[in-house]
Amino acid sequence: MTELRRVAIVGSMRTPFCRSNTAYKALSNQEMLTTAIQALVNQHNLHGVKLDEVNAGAVVTHAADWNLARETVLGTTLSPNTPATTIQQACGTSLQGALMAAAKIASGEIDCAIAAGTDTTSDASIVFSKKFSRRLIAVNAAKTFGQRLKAFRGFSLKELAPVPPSNGEPRTGLSMGDHCELMAKEWQISREDQDALAAASHQKAAAAYEEGFFDDLMTPMAGVERDNNMRPDSTPEALAKLRPAYDRKSGKGTLTAGNSTPLTDGAAAVLLASEEWAAARGLPVLAYLRMGRTSALDFVAGEGLLMAPTVAVAELLQRTGLGLQDFDYYEIHEAFAAQVLCTLKAWEDDTFCREKLGLDGALGAIDRSKLNVKGSSLAVGHPFAATGARVVGVLAKLLNEKGSGRGLVSVCTAGGMGVAAIIEK
Amino acid sequence: MKDGYMKFVHSGAGRVIAKTLGLPIPAKLRRKGAPSTLGPVLIGGGELTGLLQSQVAELGYQLGSTPKQKVHALVFDATSIKTPGELANLYRFFRQNIRRMDRCGRALVISRPPEDCDSPEQHIAMRALRGFIRSLGKEMRAGGTSQLIELSAGAEQNLPSTLSFCLSPVSAYVSAQTIRVNAVELAETADPKAPLAGQTVLVTGAARGIGRAIAETVASYGAMVIGVDVPPMQGELDKVCRDIGGRALPLDICADDAAALICEAARANGGLDCIVHNAGITRDKSLAAMSDVQWDLTMAVNLQAPLTINAALLEAGLINDGGRIVGVASISGIAGNKGQTNYAASKAGVIGMVERYSSVLSAQSISVNAVAPGFIETEMTAKIPFGIRQAGRRMSSLQQGGLPVDVAQTVAWLANPQSIGVTGNVVRVCGQNLLGA
Repeated sequence: MTELRRVAIVGSMRTPFCRSNTAYKALSNQEMLTTAIQALVNQHNLHGVKLDEVNAGAVVTHAADWNLARETVLGTTLSPNTPATTIQQACGTSLQGALMAAAKIASGEIDCAIAAGTDTTSDASIVFSKKFSRRLIAVNAAKTFGQRLKAFRGFSLKELAPVPPSNGEPRTGLSMGDHCELMAKEWQISREDQDALAAASHQKAAAAYEEGFFDDLMTPMAGVERDNNMRPDSTPEALAKLRPAYDRKSGKGTLTAGNSTPLTDGAAAVLLASEEWAAARGLPVLAYLRMGRTSALDFVAGEGLLMAPTVAVAELLQRTGLGLQDFDYYEIHEAFAAQVLCTLKAWEDDTFCREKLGLDGALGAIDRSKLNVKGSSLAVGHPFAATGARVVGVLAKLLNEKGSGRGLVSVCTAGGMGVAAIIEK
Repeated sequence: MKDGYMKFVHSGAGRVIAKTLGLPIPAKLRRKGAPSTLGPVLIGGGELTGLLQSQVAELGYQLGSTPKQKVHALVFDATSIKTPGELANLYRFFRQNIRRMDRCGRALVISRPPEDCDSPEQHIAMRALRGFIRSLGKEMRAGGTSQLIELSAGAEQNLPSTLSFCLSPVSAYVSAQTIRVNAVELAETADPKAPLAGQTVLVTGAARGIGRAIAETVASYGAMVIGVDVPPMQGELDKVCRDIGGRALPLDICADDAAALICEAARANGGLDCIVHNAGITRDKSLAAMSDVQWDLTMAVNLQAPLTINAALLEAGLINDGGRIVGVASISGIAGNKGQTNYAASKAGVIGMVERYSSVLSAQSISVNAVAPGFIETEMTAKIPFGIRQAGRRMSSLQQGGLPVDVAQTVAWLANPQSIGVTGNVVRVCGQNLLGA
């Protein structure tokens, strides 16, 4: 086996994120993904350049978008000879896309790639009931008028009721928020702590905008220049007034619309390459994507749905021999404030780390001043598949500005999975 | 001047009636300042495609698009076409994509000047594009325009200002034009929002109409304007100049001391970076009935004054190196017009000035161009009898009259120091008027 190469993070671009059914309600996943990738191409002057791989996807998709990544590439100014793979791993999609490309860059299989993700819940696919779609297929196959009539025998108007999309877990019937509410109760995460984390996220994101941190990470879209979920004036006191959004009846619910991410539309993309490829094109190396790890746990049997990042990070640390405290930045995706707080608490918990993570003892606490320093999903929003690429871009820029250091990424996903990665400079 | 017909066909009932009767429904043109965001630009063709993509992206246009999206512009690089047979590539590009064009879209072809081509086949192929672009202009729907940019070899860095003009709503009323762009060393790029910052621009006839629009427009791009008009107009001139932070210079450009006074004003401002010879008059009469005064005055204001002023400024070195001279011709000067032997002669003379001086002054990197307005809604055209006025408006591909600001934006593009590679051009601002085309 040849020696592994370092994987350079060259740049990233994203659209502003907008709450579902607001500024982007007329846009499709393909349009948003095109905008994000095109902005990355413009920024690095990749017009007409053949990339070795584009990994991109969306969580909420239409059946017609079965070749989303490739169709998107064809609409950009990248060389039409650039192949693309449509991928999906729920909220881990674009981070997983980056890890897949990174492994190939490291091994020398490819030299350059874009990993990207997009999501819109404004343009969700609405499908017919299975019974009615079977009838339509039968009509299509029918050769005679009699057969056509037969296809509709026993038809009832009820069949026309569309089947709405849902972000509920198919195996538990609970929504992600319901699951996270259970986690918050299990780990005794207080409402106050959740609201404080949410307010801090808004304030840090707003400060990052003010200092221009996002200027070269974002491209305007549909006349929008900033994430429209962000509230710079957010305070724990204001958030404390909101009612529980999931457990509305017991009086013990702590998750609210304010400390949970809203449904969001938007897209993000990140450019990865070998150092040689970047140098040959005169492009910068912001940081290096060192290693990633994906884990899953049996949430159906009762584990916390969004606790898998604890496992992914523990396994990643074991493989690299690093301690949880050996990082300058932590980017823990804020699906819910409670998710982040459960994760941190679990790492500090001796029993959890021994029993669930198979470690000798607790991983310990992290320096909270290093956590999500430019805000995270609670503030900017969370278009499922785009979040990984957003986080990688932010962390790479942070490390580049610092000059050297190490950052940890973790993203929880539906289906009880977690994706983690280490980025270094 | 209100175009009542246009207002009518855009009303609910008017639209139905116009559609039923098959009457023309002129599109509402998108002009600068319209709030809508423009759709993506699709670029294809030859070796310059990548360069065009980066220049267009730099101008702030969206590049990527999905097949379902309407596009703002189609840009084709035809510089790699070597034979008439290869024009099929151009055909295919537009054929595949023309239906995706959004309203007020832009079709743009970049070619090489035919006479610069080494091979006869390429010369002929490049010449063929002029016919293509003119027909396409007539086929464009909903306020769309088409232009051909003949780019000299090595003039790539001179392209952006012209690319910007052609793609932007500022060229709303300019269509089917062939624009020549030469390779000229550029001063460092200025602020794209204020390309005329630090530039001194003298505009004659600045008190009203097109001249006033020119003064206001170039000032909006950062220029210091010296506005000239005849002393009886001083009140209006003062107001225009005050509003734009410029200087008023009331004088009759035909007076004996006019050139000296203009030189004095130019010297006081460190020389001129641009002069716009906008002042013009009509004294219409059939030749058989024309008086000496009508002939002499028209020629003196429209042609002789610009020549005299140019000569004096150049003699005194008061047009700065890299300066721009912009004349105002007219489609009458191209097509001729009944009752306008004097006017058409003077305006065709302005075209002669462009042809001659653009080559003479190229050594000093001074560009000489002219705009040729078609039917523009001004006090001058408001005097035209109703029937002829309606016909004048409709007899163009855009089926409407232009506005003074359309001419002014075109002048502002030619006055931009980044457009110095554009010289020897007469650019019609006429919505592709049928006259003389």
